[in-house]
Amino acid sequence: MLGLDPSISRKSFPGLRCAAPENDGHVMNAAPIELPRWADSGLVPLVSVAAALLVAGLVVLGIGESPIEATALLLRGALGSAEGVGFTLYYATNFIFTGLAVAVAFHAGLFNIGGEGQATIAGIFVALACLWLAPLPGFLLVPLAVLAAAAGGALYGLVPGWLQATRGSHVVITTIMFNFLAATLAVYLLVEVIGKPGSMQPETATFADHAILTPMHRLLAPLGVRLPATPLNSAFLLALAALVAVWALIFRSRLGFAIRTLGANPRAAAYAGISPARITMVAMAISGALAGGLAVNEVMGVQHRLLLDFTAGYGFVGIAVALMGRGHPLGIALAALLFGVLYQGGAELSFDKPSITRDMVVVIGGIVVLFAGALDGLFRRLVAGGLRVGKSG
Amino acid sequence: MTIPPVPAIELAGVSKRFGAVQANRDVSLSVPSGSIHGIVGENGAGKSTLMSILYGFYEADAGEIRIGGEPRRIRSPADAIGCGIGMVHQHFMLVETLSVVENIVIGAEGGPFLKGGLARARAELAKLSSDFGLAIDPDALVGELSVGLQQRVEILKALHRGAQILILDEPTAVLTPAEAEQLFTLLRRLKAQGRTVILITHKLREIMDVTDRVSVMRRGEMVAHLATAETSPPELAEAMVGRRVLLRVEKAPRRPGAPVLEVVGLSYVDERGYETLKDAKLTLHAGEIVGIAGVAGNGQSELLELLAGLIQPARGVIRLDGRILTAAERNPARLRKLGLMHVPEDRQKTGLVTAFLAAESAILGYHDDAAFGPGPFLSPGAIQAHARAAFAAYDVRPADPALKTAKFSGGNQQKIVLGREIERAPKVLLVGQPTRGVDIGAIEFIHRRLVALRDAGVAILLVSVELEEVMALSDRILAMCGGRITGERVADAADERELGLLMAGVGEAA
Repeated sequence: MLGLDPSISRKSFPGLRCAAPENDGHVMNAAPIELPRWADSGLVPLVSVAAALLVAGLVVLGIGESPIEATALLLRGALGSAEGVGFTLYYATNFIFTGLAVAVAFHAGLFNIGGEGQATIAGIFVALACLWLAPLPGFLLVPLAVLAAAAGGALYGLVPGWLQATRGSHVVITTIMFNFLAATLAVYLLVEVIGKPGSMQPETATFADHAILTPMHRLLAPLGVRLPATPLNSAFLLALAALVAVWALIFRSRLGFAIRTLGANPRAAAYAGISPARITMVAMAISGALAGGLAVNEVMGVQHRLLLDFTAGYGFVGIAVALMGRGHPLGIALAALLFGVLYQGGAELSFDKPSITRDMVVVIGGIVVLFAGALDGLFRRLVAGGLRVGKSG
Repeated sequence: MTIPPVPAIELAGVSKRFGAVQANRDVSLSVPSGSIHGIVGENGAGKSTLMSILYGFYEADAGEIRIGGEPRRIRSPADAIGCGIGMVHQHFMLVETLSVVENIVIGAEGGPFLKGGLARARAELAKLSSDFGLAIDPDALVGELSVGLQQRVEILKALHRGAQILILDEPTAVLTPAEAEQLFTLLRRLKAQGRTVILITHKLREIMDVTDRVSVMRRGEMVAHLATAETSPPELAEAMVGRRVLLRVEKAPRRPGAPVLEVVGLSYVDERGYETLKDAKLTLHAGEIVGIAGVAGNGQSELLELLAGLIQPARGVIRLDGRILTAAERNPARLRKLGLMHVPEDRQKTGLVTAFLAAESAILGYHDDAAFGPGPFLSPGAIQAHARAAFAAYDVRPADPALKTAKFSGGNQQKIVLGREIERAPKVLLVGQPTRGVDIGAIEFIHRRLVALRDAGVAILLVSVELEEVMALSDRILAMCGGRITGERVADAADERELGLLMAGVGEAA
């Protein structure tokens, strides 16, 4: 016998792979590891998360706490009460928006890591709309403010897209830079221009009552559903709608077809008459608009005023959410829920166990990103090997 | 009878599976030392996989490799080189910005400092060059060498590493007929020196010209081992396909109509500033196939991409139906609407999205068509129904639109592209390498479709590096060399040698 373990027999020589003979194309061009769809989009992320939790458990063990107890506390804190669930879903709302933002750009082959900046600009837009349009009745003001958020995010995503399309400036670089620009602009505006007069805090005045999104416990009260007060608000429903809309856009629309073609094969896109410049800009604008959803939830739904740094890193976590969710809205919903559980449960956990700080949650998130993103190939190989053994055995 | 000498290479029961594809099944092969051994087979027959196993890119799932009678385990190209095996890939593995001698020492530098290794390589290069008559300047930059010379560097590289067994994968695909002849002379010299050569090709004439023995592969299995002197091209073709094959294309005399596509003074300057297409002039009539003969990289691709609107000309005019195309019209989407369709040369990189479902690839470029869904949406039902009909009409196998494009064989991918571009009744069809990487059965089908299209009045411009294909299909043939159209011949009166000279830019006999 020459090779006993098929999973390690395939040598990878990145530099040599391009030399693979063209004619046996079906062999050489297949993705490195082909998996059935259910395994690809279900099993692999699950294994990644399990491995990440295992490693996080070791870290918990390392600081002298019981991982099992910590897990139980975390789950109870996140899902054990109506209040916990409300907080979990509130966090998940943010992650759905930022995850979708990353995913849409990703389908076009673009890595938008400017979610933070786009949400910041969207926050400025939404705050200005809520303050300036206050004379309007709520049924006009609220949709307009949401649109303003989307427009602000879209505009701030469009600029890096335009630079990429016309100047070849890489969006990864420009969006990072744009995050700093947006943060600086927000400081300037809050301190010098739109800050609440007489306040020492860099924040705007609180919005009028008809200019905010209804909290879920008030929304559902007329239906006889009694919920404890949580930050969960109607932006959650908007997030659910965004999931469906993005699914329809990417997988069911002509524009989505063009976006996916550009992302999968830019040469084929040019051949098909799809303008790479146009699609790059459109995809970045849509991505930015979705990141604006974070501002809608935080500014209009929770804080009811514009604060500095309200984005709080949700934009970056969106990258992990999109990676884990494999760019599919269903996966993003699940990944957003998972991160919601981690955030809310982590907060409870750090309350009960002061030695486990909230930074632990950040660590777990980081490990998940590492395992779901960077080490993805490792788990694919393991899963592929496992499936093969299962089949033959 | 004397005891037969130990074969240079023996494979026994080699099998290799990639997922659902059994690329090699129980393959056995014995190559006598000091011989030239041909391996033929259709694309996807498993030739390249077998050679990749021999060269250590893959490990076989089962089977044994014996080199010079010794069982060996080859787990990496380094192991293969250690066994005295050298490989010349179809796509060269050279660093274009380094010199010949630097390329030759890559991976065999012989220590942390270059100087000693370079000096040794230079000395050996001189010796190899004189032994085999391989004249080459050791200090020339590889990127500035012709393709034929680059291939020579590849061979020298393998010999420098002490290769006793040389594997060449489709070595003549990029060569002019004259360069190919030089290569064969070299292979014969290597053989005379006692080295063993394995030649992978699908050109039966090369097998007949240069090999001692030939093995035929089909669907991952060895189906015949023959002495070249005792076989014939038709017998080999039949063994490759498993049935009798028509090597000629039957077609009625042409009845050309009005000129449809006219090109005058068309030039292209690439991003490095080289003029890769110079002052091209051609006229394409309805109902004729005009073939472009040329070695790859002599301006044919640029011509095709210019006409398809993928790149923009530096100078010149393109007339479609007598009307000069404006800059705004010279983009693929507009040209498709004007009836100019394009089957690109590289279907996997350009013509398809391998990550898409086959049904999605089958609407690439036509995804704005109202037939595929309401308003801004695409209806999966409509797309699948369209693909099912198209796949049935163009004999795409498997006829499963929900399968990923990458899972189809080269021939079937090509049928997806061809079907997509033909079904919309083009006026002009640009076709690049219609049968590259396509198995013989599908070649017949594609050729018949193209001829039927021409008989229906479509003007077809055919670019192919297969001279035989150009000669078989075309009504008129233009030869290209160095970005210039070097001559035109009526296909019936053209002969291969004369075209070969035009392709080499020699003897521009008008």
